[in-house]
Amino acid sequence: MYLNANNISFAYKKNKPILQNISISVPNNKVIGLMGDSGSGKSTLCKVMAGYLQNYSGTVTLDDKVIDTKDYYPVQLIFQHPEKTMNPKWKMHKVLSESWNPPPEIMDTFGLKENWLGRWPNELSGGELQRFSILRALNPKTKFIIADEISTMLDAVTQVQIWDALLDYCKQNKMGILAVSHDKDLLEVIADDIIIFNDINKL
Amino acid sequence: MNNLSKLSPFNSLNLRQKTIVIITLTTLLLVLIFISSLNIDTSTITTDFALRQRPPSLEHLFGTDWLGRDMFIRTVKGLGLSIMIGAIASILSSLIAMVMAFFSSLNKYADSFMSWLIDLFASMPHLLLLILISICLGKGAIGVIIGVAFTHWLSLARVLRVEIKEINTSEYVNLARKFGKNNFWVAKEHILPLVITQIIVGTLLIFPHAIMHEASITFLGFGLSPHEPAIGVILSESMKYLAMGSWWLALFPGLALLIVVLLFDVIGEQVEKLLDPTKAQK
Repeated sequence: MYLNANNISFAYKKNKPILQNISISVPNNKVIGLMGDSGSGKSTLCKVMAGYLQNYSGTVTLDDKVIDTKDYYPVQLIFQHPEKTMNPKWKMHKVLSESWNPPPEIMDTFGLKENWLGRWPNELSGGELQRFSILRALNPKTKFIIADEISTMLDAVTQVQIWDALLDYCKQNKMGILAVSHDKDLLEVIADDIIIFNDINKL
Repeated sequence: MNNLSKLSPFNSLNLRQKTIVIITLTTLLLVLIFISSLNIDTSTITTDFALRQRPPSLEHLFGTDWLGRDMFIRTVKGLGLSIMIGAIASILSSLIAMVMAFFSSLNKYADSFMSWLIDLFASMPHLLLLILISICLGKGAIGVIIGVAFTHWLSLARVLRVEIKEINTSEYVNLARKFGKNNFWVAKEHILPLVITQIIVGTLLIFPHAIMHEASITFLGFGLSPHEPAIGVILSESMKYLAMGSWWLALFPGLALLIVVLLFDVIGEQVEKLLDPTKAQK
């Protein structure tokens, strides 16, 4: 299974394109790394591929089929800042179960503690919330994960633990990963291929 | 002075507890007025020409009118009616506001239609509109209630529209849609719990307006019918006797109406403080 972005162009303001004719392909058995300078449009491409932006030209396809936006979206984007992606008036068990209810052993591998489920989002740290937002995206219906700088707010040890768990889970469940980061060392460890963004997005 | 204020039991409470005490006391007072107005035996407001035009005394606290009826009992009865009409009208009007606000969140055409509708209603003097609606519906309680409800939903609808817009564009709602949740689910689970405080406070703050407008259009003769013991009726009837020196006929009912309106205003403000703590610091 392949996630393809074909000839994507996008502009937030008219005449100021941020993406120009970008094509990218992610297979579901690989981890593709995406690197680039700040403001080069990495996050915009992620949002286009995960269905967050409309009015782009080009197509995003899953095995040559355009993705249906009404149902569960098979491409899940994990954000850099998890606290914005959670309703501040919801306890964590509700936040998690909005997507699915993961079995306890999976929660364990991501270092999620049982008693965090009864807390409010503002009672957990950014790193703790990020584990929730990663786990939330791992619903069995997900086919591809787009990880937009998901580990920048974690310390080195946690970063290793989270990425190990995520890579393991995705390999077992045949989910493809598009990992976006500034961190060249990190991408060299986790990714099978690395795309340098400035090369394909010639402005 | 400083020592004295420390002794007062009220000062040992924190701001939150004080707010709760104020809300409880004012609500109790209003409930008391309402319940006592329901339990008044109408036979006590009988005409007694031997007691015509008596000024306030211990026997008749608010005096008596030109038919010898006790003004205190008439005033309480009128306040009860005002509270009931105010309650129905403000709940109805916040329901309209809610429907309008959720309707505006459907798409951008619905949103511009809603903004246009709000501007349309806001551009008319709402007392005029209220009188028109009331006359169209044949005056009476129903005319007043519908009239007040249809002219007082604007400000709450405006607030809710902006709130809902903000929540609708938030990342957690975007994400909910990516999890395949539909509009209804988002409205029920995400939006409603976040705007329910605004709805409650908004309803309470419409209350004083509703009561005031009910009294004023009744006073002008476009509201409740003259045989009902409404404050507006009492005030307009007293006009004829004011020049003859019967000042108590207008003063006490008017003052009572003012106090009830202020009580509702206090409740609204205190509940707002309680539910939205950021406002308490202002």
